[in-house]
Amino acid sequence: MTATLPDFVPLWTVILGLGVFFYVLLDGFDLGVGILYGFASGREARNLVMNSIAPVWDGNETWLVLGGVGLLAAFPLAFAIILPAVYFPVLVMLLALVFRGVAFEFRYRDVERRTFWDFAFCYGSAIATFAQGVVLGAFIQGFEVEDRHFSGGSLDCFTPFSIFTGFALILGYGLLGAGWLVLKTEGALQAWARRLGRWCFLGVLVAVAAVSLWTPLIEHDIEQRWFTWPDIAYLSPVPIITAALAVLEWRSLNNRSQAAPFVGAIALFVMSYLGIAISLWPMIVPYKFTLWQAASSPSTQAFLLVGTLFLLPIILMYTGWSYWVFRGKVRSDIGYH
Amino acid sequence: MALDPLLLSRLQFVWVVAWHILLPAFTVGLASYIAVLEGLHFASGREVYLGLSTFWTKIFAVSFGMGVVSGVVMPFQFGTNWSRFSDATANVLSPLLAYEGLTAFFLESAFLGVLLFGRRLVPRWAHFVAALMVAFGTLFSSFWILATNSWMQTPAGYEIVDGRFFPKDWLAIIFNPSFPVRLGHTVVAFYVTTGFVVAGVAAFYLRRGRFVEESRTMLSMALWLLSVLVPLQIALGDAHGLNTLDHQPAKLAAIEARWDTGQRVPLTLFAIPDERTQSNRFAIDVPDLGSLILTHDPNGTVRGLKDWPPDERPPVTIPFFAFRIMVGIGLLMLALVVASWWLRLRGRLYVARWFLRGCEFASPLGFLAVLAGWTTTEVGRQPWTVYGLLRTADSVSPSLTGSDVLISLIGYGVVYLVMFPVGVTMMARIVGRGPGHRTLEPERVESGRPAEPVRALPPFAEPGARL
Repeated sequence: MTATLPDFVPLWTVILGLGVFFYVLLDGFDLGVGILYGFASGREARNLVMNSIAPVWDGNETWLVLGGVGLLAAFPLAFAIILPAVYFPVLVMLLALVFRGVAFEFRYRDVERRTFWDFAFCYGSAIATFAQGVVLGAFIQGFEVEDRHFSGGSLDCFTPFSIFTGFALILGYGLLGAGWLVLKTEGALQAWARRLGRWCFLGVLVAVAAVSLWTPLIEHDIEQRWFTWPDIAYLSPVPIITAALAVLEWRSLNNRSQAAPFVGAIALFVMSYLGIAISLWPMIVPYKFTLWQAASSPSTQAFLLVGTLFLLPIILMYTGWSYWVFRGKVRSDIGYH
Repeated sequence: MALDPLLLSRLQFVWVVAWHILLPAFTVGLASYIAVLEGLHFASGREVYLGLSTFWTKIFAVSFGMGVVSGVVMPFQFGTNWSRFSDATANVLSPLLAYEGLTAFFLESAFLGVLLFGRRLVPRWAHFVAALMVAFGTLFSSFWILATNSWMQTPAGYEIVDGRFFPKDWLAIIFNPSFPVRLGHTVVAFYVTTGFVVAGVAAFYLRRGRFVEESRTMLSMALWLLSVLVPLQIALGDAHGLNTLDHQPAKLAAIEARWDTGQRVPLTLFAIPDERTQSNRFAIDVPDLGSLILTHDPNGTVRGLKDWPPDERPPVTIPFFAFRIMVGIGLLMLALVVASWWLRLRGRLYVARWFLRGCEFASPLGFLAVLAGWTTTEVGRQPWTVYGLLRTADSVSPSLTGSDVLISLIGYGVVYLVMFPVGVTMMARIVGRGPGHRTLEPERVESGRPAEPVRALPPFAEPGARL
């Protein structure tokens, strides 16, 4: 039966790649807003910052579940190797997400002051982001594998490189969050978001440059890919487009455009994401197993594909609708409590 | 003392799933109740339904938020702590989990935003549809997660190649032998749990003379629902027992503390099962009733635990007592429901203080019954993760050390012990304020804080003006 089924791996790679990217983008901006929330002064400002993501955050976090379960479904071997290898970053991320998630409901118990849950929201967002950055760094560095399982220690994933990518992601999500706040707010609050966005942007610039130089130094395979002729010519558009986008992003953070900083931040994430994908292709457990070696059975992929191709457009449609309902500048007068 | 990563991983899974299951146990029923209230309000325009819907939606928001964050934890457990289980079963089980995300989680979260924050941004019908979609989402989620769980209990439609499971027949995998009864039994349990919470809150107000109109509506609706579902649940439980006898006889033997195979076996009401001597101490037996209940035939044969080698038997004490707790609670619930029929006939449903007190007392019972039932079925599945095929001991991630898991267990322990009490306190405060506050409260911002200090109240809205 399986012999007659076509190769679904490329399609699943695209679907999972998009799913993970949607997660990075959507939860990225609301984690970023959470990080910036710590810098907001005054009750009014904090309320508006929080309100800008309150109706959408749990939908955004759902993409994390889909990313995790999608990896399990399409490339189960990768799931079974990578998750034990990043045991502690995943633990820290989940616990931090618990704190920041319940903070949405819990923080309004005390109307006047900053409470424990205000701090939980901000630090929870920052720590969850940091942990995701560590996972990314560890992923780029690869894992010790024996047979079909991870054979290293649970602390192996903490390296100078992965700690660095952890901090870098905080800046990256901060930039996305600032872009979102510029889009959703006005006046003094928007000016504040632009100011923070500029700082995040400068940090991101340094981080992207550092990671781009550091990665080929620690991974020979990646160095080969980027710095040998003719690959260097094919791949040169990636850094060139990134640099052009960076210039546009800086200008949009300094002029009066409303949506451009958010769009620019998204574009910068697209380029970084592509850069990593190009570096690692076709590995899903870097340097050990390819996408094809880690793939689930064709029958599994086919069974899930049917529903996914049907459901994903519908999901995107009603998710889009729910964003549309809450379109425009965030207001402080709609609510349910 | 050597730390065992297997035991600690099991404790961790018990901890995170036991807390998590309390939330769907409540939100599945509550989402449907809110949808019904929204529907009634949409159709009749009566204020009382709007007030109740708004009130329960606040409580729903808190519990759903807790459900989301404790639920995100769950799929990652399969990878971090049970990677060998994931590697072995992913080809069969992962699409079911993925379909849960695709059909349920997105539906719930996208429409929840509209349900919570969108009452004034969308037309009335769209708000009702949002409530319906959230309710459907919770039911779809139950469908897929119980299909997954049932397959682990009664695997079907698979083949094993090189120690890993591969799919052969997807319909057989989803509709595996224990799935239909388990789905029915669990979803009805969730509705019953919510029903008793609603009845308990209504009784709490009625005894204090607060929110009388709202409370009468709540109590009446809840008790009509329970009048149907509690007897139905007992019938479904019986069907579930027959199913377990057929497909997981060792589990059933543990539940009944039955050591020796026999016909005309007694029903053991109480005993202290002793796994060392393979016998029961202090047993209170009713002759022949065991065979009659378990097989619906007084001469029916029930297999005893001695039929299985010791390393293929589940623990006995835990399922034995957990099952009796569940059944005991079920009988208490039935007694309350029967009492409600009698009181309703005599027109004293809303005033009989002993009954209202009983309803208050009963409001957490559903949660206890869900936990007890879940303990029965999961501990009774041991020592397997996939019944009879994959051992729990062979499912754990090989790279973990005992101290790794101890650290994570402490982390989940601390965080959940902060989150759950705060959440319950918050819901209790919402109950304390009651449904009547709706038109007196200042407009609040989405996240709940007033935009202005409370002293700067806007003029009172006229009833219905918020529509």
